[in-house]
Amino acid sequence: MRITRKDFLRLSGLSLLAAGCKQAVQSVTQPASGARVASAQPTRWGMVIDLAKCREKDGCNACVHACNTAHNIPQIANRAHEVKWIWTEPYASVFPSAQNGYAPQSYAEMMVPLLCNHCADPPCTRVCPTQATWKRDDGIVMMDWHRCIGCRYCVAACPYGSRSFNWEDPRPSITSINPDFPTRTKGVVEKCNFCEERLARGLKPACVDACPQHVFTFGNLADPNSEPRQLLRERFAVQREPELGTGPSIFYLV
Amino acid sequence: MRDRVWIFAGLAVFVAAITCPAWYALAHGKASSKPPNLEMPANQKECVAPAGAMRAEHMQMLIQWREDVVRRGDRRFVAFNGKVYQKSLTGTCLGCHSKAGFCDRCHAYSGVSTPYCWNCHSDPQSVARSIP
Repeated sequence: MRITRKDFLRLSGLSLLAAGCKQAVQSVTQPASGARVASAQPTRWGMVIDLAKCREKDGCNACVHACNTAHNIPQIANRAHEVKWIWTEPYASVFPSAQNGYAPQSYAEMMVPLLCNHCADPPCTRVCPTQATWKRDDGIVMMDWHRCIGCRYCVAACPYGSRSFNWEDPRPSITSINPDFPTRTKGVVEKCNFCEERLARGLKPACVDACPQHVFTFGNLADPNSEPRQLLRERFAVQREPELGTGPSIFYLV
Repeated sequence: MRDRVWIFAGLAVFVAAITCPAWYALAHGKASSKPPNLEMPANQKECVAPAGAMRAEHMQMLIQWREDVVRRGDRRFVAFNGKVYQKSLTGTCLGCHSKAGFCDRCHAYSGVSTPYCWNCHSDPQSVARSIP
């Protein structure tokens, strides 16, 4: 069969058109593939920490203790090797730019609970060369310890010091191991996972449930009627170093 | 065929040489033709897949579960018989099986080194024992 130049051009033009139409029809009928599908109810897990309530029971470490036992966090005396998911630091070093020199002593020396901010635009996930840490669709900055190669770029990238590196085998430093959660191994980075494993069972994070003062309000920041959103509507809240543009999901009511 | 003696003597030496590791292991009681004596779960008759499939493919399944749970947040596993399980090594697998009596025993028998799962994941039985 011989084909003329005109027929050839007509045929190729029609094929291109058909391929284009198929793509257009597909993009309309099928949503984006797999996990990237935007659910009807967008989720962004976040937390509001009421420091006024926390101040009433200064020195209480129930949240830290609950997290340590739930997640097999080693207690290492050497501060250079310590691992922490939620911990406390004095107000003055948590909010260094909020110091005016005249705040009452009780304020400046109060211990403030700190944890991973689960940023809206996390710098740590951007630098990870293996995608061992990434932002989930529900806002949690998640880690895959199977994939972590221990390069510590994320530790350097996090402006909040939320990430810890396992310089030594953590197992000998864990007083009693919770078999429901893995320990980590020497050479991986870890941090708060917003109790992702508890959320999957419909529970709230361990620190939220452990706090005797109900300091922590956990919920979906994308839902305007959620508990944290109501608190944020009613009271003035601050984030840690919002000027960095990371968009922390942890808010403090001072 | 005058070299028959040499040929058969050589063959005998060759066969003895290549089978000597097996004889050595047998003599020292390190190997046997008997299958390993595995501890089977008392409370369950069926695994999440037929035994043959589990024997051949449990490693791929564990990696698949790991990827599903950690990276996709998908914890639900529907088995071949329609039963629903949690994708969990310590929860589901070790909920029935004993690590020492099942996993380790078969790995030792097959000469497969202990996988690095246990560097982080704990065996609920041995952890429970270690707490005073």
